[in-house]
Amino acid sequence: MNQREDLIQYLLRLGDSALIQGQRLCEWCGKAPALEEELALMNVGLDLVGQARNWLDYAAELLADGRDADDLAYRRDERAYRNLLLVEQPNGDYAVTIVKQFLYDAWHFQVLHALSSSSDERVAGIAAKALKEVTYHLRRSGEWVERLGDGTDESHQRMLAAIEQVWRFSVELVNGDDVEQRLAAAGIGAQPDEIASAWLAKVADVFGRATLPVPPAASYFYLSGRRGLHSEHLGILLAEMQFLPRAYPDATW
Amino acid sequence: MYAQLVETGVKRVKALDEMSPEERAFQEKIDAEIKIEAKNWMPDAYRQTLIRQISQHAHSEIVGMLPEGNWVTRAPTLKRKLQLMAKIQDEAGHGLYLYSAMETLGADRDEEIAKLHSGKAKYSSIFNYPTLSWADMGAVGWLVDGAAIVNQVVLQRTSYGPYSRAMIRICKEESFHQRQGYQLLLTMMKEGTQAQKDMVQDAINRLWWPALMMFGPSDEHSPNSAQSMAWKIKRQGNDELRQRFVDQTIPQLELLGCTVPDPDLKWNEERGHYDFGEIQWEEFYDVLKGNGPCNTERVATRRKAIEDGAWVREAAVAHARKKQQQAKRDAA
Repeated sequence: MNQREDLIQYLLRLGDSALIQGQRLCEWCGKAPALEEELALMNVGLDLVGQARNWLDYAAELLADGRDADDLAYRRDERAYRNLLLVEQPNGDYAVTIVKQFLYDAWHFQVLHALSSSSDERVAGIAAKALKEVTYHLRRSGEWVERLGDGTDESHQRMLAAIEQVWRFSVELVNGDDVEQRLAAAGIGAQPDEIASAWLAKVADVFGRATLPVPPAASYFYLSGRRGLHSEHLGILLAEMQFLPRAYPDATW
Repeated sequence: MYAQLVETGVKRVKALDEMSPEERAFQEKIDAEIKIEAKNWMPDAYRQTLIRQISQHAHSEIVGMLPEGNWVTRAPTLKRKLQLMAKIQDEAGHGLYLYSAMETLGADRDEEIAKLHSGKAKYSSIFNYPTLSWADMGAVGWLVDGAAIVNQVVLQRTSYGPYSRAMIRICKEESFHQRQGYQLLLTMMKEGTQAQKDMVQDAINRLWWPALMMFGPSDEHSPNSAQSMAWKIKRQGNDELRQRFVDQTIPQLELLGCTVPDPDLKWNEERGHYDFGEIQWEEFYDVLKGNGPCNTERVATRRKAIEDGAWVREAAVAHARKKQQQAKRDAA
């Protein structure tokens, strides 16, 4: 694989994860536990979809096959999607939504922090802008982990159940693959091992304050969002998200 | 906007010489266009009318997130998705402004929301119509927000200061939504396929009359209007605002190349206004009473959100209390 192909894969991963996480947040519209949360969820989702557009724009330019960011978002099947398995998981109750958001934010923050000094100027620029937004996302989701973990007995129990449900998907957050190793070595991508240890430190800190135990490291389970091997949730999510452009391929919206 | 039928509880507007000295001083202040503020004396009926109107308005912003939320996961491009998400976020913000304005009158947010969930409090009838195609997102922006703006621009001069200031802030964002909605439809009509054009016309056919109903009953059937006008809560009659909306909207409709589902619509040279057909008032009152297409679903969704979220809010309160106690211990 050459570096351009590696970078395309990497951009798709970043863009797809942000997009799918944003899509899940859209599903909360009108159903959040408080009005302030309606505002916050849509705000975070808006940031993420905006970031997805930036990453996919760049990926489309490098692909140079006539597709644009919308084509990449709306006309790729699940086998071509490269998002983390974590973000495609269903919203569940608010504990599941918060745990997913926090684990993703803590990882996302580290990645963007590293990428803002990427040797690829375009990557560095997008990451620096996104980092400002994700700094806020992480603060917010971390505070909710603490509130719910160290709130009532019920909220604590729900957080334990949520962590048990989604923790195994963290396997992707702490294990980079060859593409990521090569891009890191070239000074373009984030160093996976550094991301992994910084991520774990943040999770341990917030879980500690939230009186929640940090489970043992998750083990590999024969799926990989990075290689387009998804859980069964993504296909349904894409069917909904992509319906209009698929049904009206000649349309201009 | 979004408060189309508000009880004042007043049968007949009193003349100045029938009023108590307090009432009279209040009315003179209103007549002199001096804004009423939270700490000022006001007749109880004025206070209650405003609580009803502002809460209806706030509820409408919140329930109004649902017909659009219905399409936010299905928006056809990233740009349109971002626009819709930004708009929904603004609406939640408008709800927050309005509940705050309402609370300056001594009302309690949670109590008023409970009234919405029990069906006692109303919200705008328009949000009881389903959004059945993507074109509805444009039509809601253009027609529904357009009608809201006609109403809200006038409400910027409403007599109660906190409400008036909320309207000024809200109108700025609403105008932006309205232009976006119109531009969405224009793109579909000018650059779209026949299927898209049909979608736009169908959306207008379904939403035109419900949008006109947003202005409330005609003046002759609006028994509460006289008192609301005397108090300058309302500044203009329902029919006058509805006419203004029709007059400004028809040229925009023509630019789209669409029609309205009204065979009686025609320009009246003599009046300098469009004449238009009679609204189906039976439908209007049915929808307002709870018997519209989506009333059941809208209220059920909102009620479920608040009920399912109870444990989250309780946890937030419990955690805040723990933090407070910790801070006290640290200080001791």
